[in-house]
Amino acid sequence: MNYHSSAWAVSIFVAFVGFVLWIAYYYARQTKTAKGFYAAGGTVHWAVNGIAFAGDYLSAASFLGICGMIAAYGYDGFLYSIGYLAGWIVALFVVAEPMKRMGKYTFADALDAKFNSKGIQFAAALSTLVVSMCYLIPQMVGAGVLVTPLLGLAHVWGVILVGTIVIIIVATAGMASTTYVQFMKGGLLIVFSTTLVISVLSRGLSTNPDQGGNVPYHKFTTIPYSMIGEGSLKLSDKSYTVLDGWQETPYGKKGFVKLTKDGKTSVWSFDKDAGVLREAQTVETLKDGTKLYNGAPKAEGKFYAVGHMSEIKIKGKSVTKTGPLDPTQFLSAIQNGTIVRWPSEKLDEGDSKVTVYYQKFTKGKDLLRPGLKFKVGGTLNENLNFISLMLALFLGTAALPHILIRYYTVPSPACARKSTIVAIAAIAFFYVLTLFMGLGAMANGVMDLTDNNMSAPLLAKSFGIFLFAIISALAFATVLGTVSGLIIASSGAVAHDLVERFFGIKMTDKWKVRAGKLAAIVVGVIAMILGIRYKGMNVSYLVGWAFAVAASANLPAIVMLLFWKRTTAKGVTASVIVGMVSALAVILLSPEMYKELYGLDPTTAPMPIDNPAIFTVPLSFLTLIVVSLLTQKSGVAAKSAAPIVHEPVHMLEDGLLPEHVVAELEELSRNELVGIVLDLREEIATLKREMESTRS
Amino acid sequence: MDHGPSTQWGEDKSTGYKTRLGIWMFFLYCAIYAGFVLINSLWPSLMAKSFGSSNIAVAYGFGLIFFALVIAVVYNHQCGRAEEMYNKAELFDVAEEEE
Repeated sequence: MNYHSSAWAVSIFVAFVGFVLWIAYYYARQTKTAKGFYAAGGTVHWAVNGIAFAGDYLSAASFLGICGMIAAYGYDGFLYSIGYLAGWIVALFVVAEPMKRMGKYTFADALDAKFNSKGIQFAAALSTLVVSMCYLIPQMVGAGVLVTPLLGLAHVWGVILVGTIVIIIVATAGMASTTYVQFMKGGLLIVFSTTLVISVLSRGLSTNPDQGGNVPYHKFTTIPYSMIGEGSLKLSDKSYTVLDGWQETPYGKKGFVKLTKDGKTSVWSFDKDAGVLREAQTVETLKDGTKLYNGAPKAEGKFYAVGHMSEIKIKGKSVTKTGPLDPTQFLSAIQNGTIVRWPSEKLDEGDSKVTVYYQKFTKGKDLLRPGLKFKVGGTLNENLNFISLMLALFLGTAALPHILIRYYTVPSPACARKSTIVAIAAIAFFYVLTLFMGLGAMANGVMDLTDNNMSAPLLAKSFGIFLFAIISALAFATVLGTVSGLIIASSGAVAHDLVERFFGIKMTDKWKVRAGKLAAIVVGVIAMILGIRYKGMNVSYLVGWAFAVAASANLPAIVMLLFWKRTTAKGVTASVIVGMVSALAVILLSPEMYKELYGLDPTTAPMPIDNPAIFTVPLSFLTLIVVSLLTQKSGVAAKSAAPIVHEPVHMLEDGLLPEHVVAELEELSRNELVGIVLDLREEIATLKREMESTRS
Repeated sequence: MDHGPSTQWGEDKSTGYKTRLGIWMFFLYCAIYAGFVLINSLWPSLMAKSFGSSNIAVAYGFGLIFFALVIAVVYNHQCGRAEEMYNKAELFDVAEEEE
C-alpha cells in the first residue's frame, strides 16, 4: 500500500506536540525537588492518575499490535486483551496499596524498604533497566514505522522526533509532565477509539467493502481448473498459460502456481473444494534489496488492500450488505458468516525471497474461537507454551517498573487503590473496543498485508482523513506516553537506585533532580540509537520479554515481601537475579528465537517452549524461599517491620523529632532503630490490653 | 536515608482487613481466569459452542473483562467502608479513654 501524508494529519500532530511541550514547560517551574521529579510531588488526583495509568499501559503494542493481531487471527489476538486486562487484578488486590505504603520513587525502593540492602538495590535497578529496555526498543522502532504514513518522513526522523520530544517531557518536569501527557493521551485514545467503533457499527458489513462507496474494493479473480493426469493443469480461461513442470518450481512445492497473461506473471493458490484458482498477492525482495509488489514497484499501486466477508447471514438469510448493527448483531453476523483471511507463505526463487499472501475462506465460528494463531488443544509443549504466555500477561503487568512507579504520584494508599480501579475501567473499556476495531479492519477492505500493525489507523482512514489524522496522531501519542513512563523509570533506576543508593554518592535535593534529568537524557539517547539500529527488524517479541522478565524477576519478590515474614534481603536479591536470568535464558534458547533471530532449525532449540513464565516464576519463588530460609537471622532484624520503620524514619527526615532525639537516633544502626520501634509497639499494645481489661 | 513513602498519611487500621479481602478476591478471579486459560488450551472446541448471539469464547472473554471491573468496584466499596469503620472506631476508643 502507498501512504501519503496529509495536511490534516500534520496539523493535528503538530498541535498535539505543541500542547505536550507546553505541559512540560508549565510543570518544569514546579519541579524543584527529587520528590517532584520522580513522584510528581505525590499530589496527583487519583482519577487523573487512573487515566494516566491507562495512557502509560496502552502502548503501541496494545493499540496497534492487538488490533492488528485480531485483524489477522481473530479471537487469538483478543486473548492478549484479556490477559493484559486480567493483570490489573493482581495490581489492585496485591500490589497497589502496599507499593504506595512501602516505596518512595522507584521499584527498588519498595523492595528495599525493610532491608537497606546493596544487593536488592543493584538487582532491582538492573531488572528495571532490562524490562524498560525490552519495552523501549519496540516503541522506538514503532515510532519510526508510524512516521512514514503520517508525516511522510524517513524512519530515522520518526525515532529522533519521538526521542527528542520524550526527552524534553521527562527532562524538564519528570513525572508531573509525564503524568499529564499520559492522562491526555489515555483519555483521547479511549474517546476516539469509541468514535471509530461507532463508525464501524454504523457502516455495518458488506461482501464488497467499498468504504462507504468512496474506494472501490479490488475484485479478486477466480479461474475454474481441472487436473488431468499427473500435474497437467487445465484452465477454463485460455488467456492464462501455465509453465511446464510448474509443480517442481518453488511455488508448486508450496501449493501455488504461477500463470502468465499478456506477458505478465501472477501467482495463484488452489481452492480444491471449489475447484478454482484464487488470485494471490506477492512481495518479492530481489538480491539488491529492491521490493516488487505483485511484480511491480510499490508506487504503481498494484498491491491491494484486503479484508472482506464472502458470506453474511442475518437471521439465517444470506445478504450482501447489512445496515447499521449493534455490537451483538455485529458479532453475530461475523460468527455466522465467512471471512476471507490472507495467511502467507515464504519461499526462495533463485536469489529472490518471495512472500505469497493467499486467500483462505474462514468460517466466522472458527474465527471467534482460539486456534488460528496459538496451537491450542495440541501437544503438551504447545499447551504449556500458551498457558505460560497467559501466565506472563497475568503476572507481568503488576511487576512492570513504569507501572509501579505511578503509585507514588498519588497522596495515599487509598488513592493508589482508587486510581487502579479507574485504570481497570478505562483499560477494560478500551480492550472491549479492540475486538470491534480488529474485526472491523478484517471486514472493511483496509488491511495492508505487509504490516497488520497499521490496521486500526487504516480502518480510521476508511472513514475520512480527519479520523485517520487523529488516530494516527494518537498512535504517535501512545508511543510518547509509554516511552516517557519507561524513561522516567529507567532514570530513577540509574540516578536514584544505582548512583545515589548503591554507590552511596551523597547529593543535595537539587543535584538529585539534576542527576535524574541527566539520566533521562542518557537513557533517551540510547533508546533513540537502538530504535534506529533495529529499523526493519520485527522486535515486537521484546514486549513479551518485558512481561516474562517482570513476572519472573519482580513479582515473586514483591509478593513474598508482603506476605512472608521470613523473607530476607539475600532471598529477594537471589530471586530477582534468578528470575531475570532464567527468563532471558529460556527465551534466548527457545524455538522462536532459533527460527527468527538466529535463522536456525527451531527443532534443535534446547528449550521446548517460547514463553518462560510457567517455569521461571515458580523457580524465582523457590529461590527466594530457599535462600531466605538459609539466611535467617535471629532477633529484630528478621522480623517483618516494613510498615513500622517508615514512621520514625520519616519523622527523622522531615525534622519532626527534637534535636537531642535526632542526635541519639543518628548514632543508632538501622537494626537498633527497628528494635526500639518494635519494643515501643509492644509496650503500647500491652498498655492497651491492660486498659481494656480494667475497663471491662 | 531514602526509605519510606513519598508522601505522609494517617495510620490506617484497616490494612489487615483490606489485605485479607484482596487476597480472597485475587484467588477468586485467579480461579476464573485459570479456568478460561485451561479451557482455551485443552478443550478449544468447547469455546466454539454457541452462546447467545456469539459463542462461549467471546462470552467468557467479555465476562472476564466485566467481572474484573465489578470485583474491583466491590473491593473498593468494601475497603472504603472498612477504612471508615476501623479508623472511626479507633477515634471512638481514644475519646472514651480521655473521658
